[in-house]
Amino acid sequence: MDSTLTHPGGATVSGTGAAKRPKKQSWANRNPGPLTALPTVFMLLLFFVAPLVLVVFYSFQEPNAFEITNVLSLDNYRDFIGEGYYATLLWSVLIAVVTTVVAFLLAYPCAYGMVKVFPKMNMWITLLLVMPIFVTSNIRLFGWTLILLKGGYLSFLTSWIPGMEEVEFLYNFPAIIMGMVYIYFPFMLFPLVLGLEMVDNTVVEAAIDLGANRWQAFKEVELPMAAAGVFIGGLLVFVLSLGAMVEAQVLGGNVVTPFADDIHHAFSYQQNWPLGSALSVILLGITVVLIVMVMRYVDLDKLLGTRAKLG
Amino acid sequence: MSGAKSRTSWRKPLMGVYIGTIVLFMQAPALSLLISSFSADKYFHFPFAQLTWRWYLEMVESGGIQTSVGNSLLTALVVTIPATILGFWGALAFARFKWKGRSLYQKFLLLPIFFPQMVLALAQLLLCKQLQINTSWISAGLSHLVWLLPIVTMVIAIQVYGFDRTMEEAAYDLGASSWQVYREVTLPVLMPGLVSGALFAFLLSWSDFELSLFLQGVDQMLPVYIYGKMTGGFSPTAPALSATIYLLSAAALFVPFWILTRGEQ
Repeated sequence: MDSTLTHPGGATVSGTGAAKRPKKQSWANRNPGPLTALPTVFMLLLFFVAPLVLVVFYSFQEPNAFEITNVLSLDNYRDFIGEGYYATLLWSVLIAVVTTVVAFLLAYPCAYGMVKVFPKMNMWITLLLVMPIFVTSNIRLFGWTLILLKGGYLSFLTSWIPGMEEVEFLYNFPAIIMGMVYIYFPFMLFPLVLGLEMVDNTVVEAAIDLGANRWQAFKEVELPMAAAGVFIGGLLVFVLSLGAMVEAQVLGGNVVTPFADDIHHAFSYQQNWPLGSALSVILLGITVVLIVMVMRYVDLDKLLGTRAKLG
Repeated sequence: MSGAKSRTSWRKPLMGVYIGTIVLFMQAPALSLLISSFSADKYFHFPFAQLTWRWYLEMVESGGIQTSVGNSLLTALVVTIPATILGFWGALAFARFKWKGRSLYQKFLLLPIFFPQMVLALAQLLLCKQLQINTSWISAGLSHLVWLLPIVTMVIAIQVYGFDRTMEEAAYDLGASSWQVYREVTLPVLMPGLVSGALFAFLLSWSDFELSLFLQGVDQMLPVYIYGKMTGGFSPTAPALSATIYLLSAAALFVPFWILTRGEQ
């Protein structure tokens, strides 16, 4: 009877062995945890894990194969070194590192201001800053190209400076970094806001009363308390910008080829699925290692739970 | 404590200016698109020689836009329903129930958020080709669902963390049945989380580009349509269409939050 509460349609709650409990028992105490998780886990196994497993299989096929065979090959991984794909990966890592650092430096004071200085307006500022995520990134980058191109809004502004001609701000490395920071800024900001909400003001004040200067209080007290947010934000921005492609295309012209572009190229234009798969596996490998490393230091219950208590 | 006082005196205006600058930075493309959409010039150059409304009228009449808006709307609506239901159950498993595999489940759930969308899309496309499934709005929708389900789950989970369980206990003590407690206490309290979750699901599906690009098949989605307009040289309807979508998305996000918070006061 109670099973219909958590699972309309699912009658397997007896598996939890709680059939003999008194009727007034809260349905939550019957521990339907695994059951409520099941549909989501099932979806992810079918449409997230299965495709990735297929990619891993393909990456060990001979180049240009269009089906899985018994003949295994490491040729695609050799091509990663031999054909110079590692160089684009290094470029993508460089872009991701710079993007993550710049995003952190810009987002930390902003998150601090939202949590500690304007707590009442926090929600509206968050909405204003996070809202762009819900607009296709292409559209927003298109807006930036009209700002940055020669004859655009920025070159109009700078042409007022005496001696300045109209300038092209597009198609260079800084434009790519700006675009990346712009696109991934919300992914840094929101975890930082959650992290800073875990910082107990009285502890920071106590440190200052005990003679710590602002920098010491930041480094020794505030930052460690907000660390989970910093880790998640940094991880998100790094990993997402490592796999990014559109920003470099739209704002960067062809000055830098991101690694994701190589993957796309291998799959689409070269029609070399095994090579594209091997490059994907390398990218995913880096991603998974980073996630596992970082998540060891993050208590999700605390990070997400603190927000709930405040709001 | 006087030190703290003198800090706050300059802290507020300084922070206000800083946050204002960041907001301007994040919303600059919206301004850019909005202003550009009124240019009557064939080639983009600011300041414009002439202004016009024309692009908005052409936009409304365009058949290509109507079709892709239809496809995107259909997909987003269909995805929102399972995303909200599964997200709700998933959030209970995430934040509420204590069970053995929970910590592993929490981390597993995070994975799709951290994965490069393009690689995920290509992998899913590969699976479709392997199983000889024709791509269409359905495959695109499934792809959206898998990617946004974890996000929706987390949004609802935040609400679940804040859920005061004594309210349920009180209802039981007053003689309510399990179903009544669920319907009269649990669901209404978690409703803001469910609304935000559904909203996030709809908007994330509606605005997705990379997954749609590879998995839409014959059913062109709006973001892919716009991408074609943008990259095929400067087309004056592109800013008008982009500005419209930007403003609609902003409204779709702000209005529900405004209603939710107004209800609280």
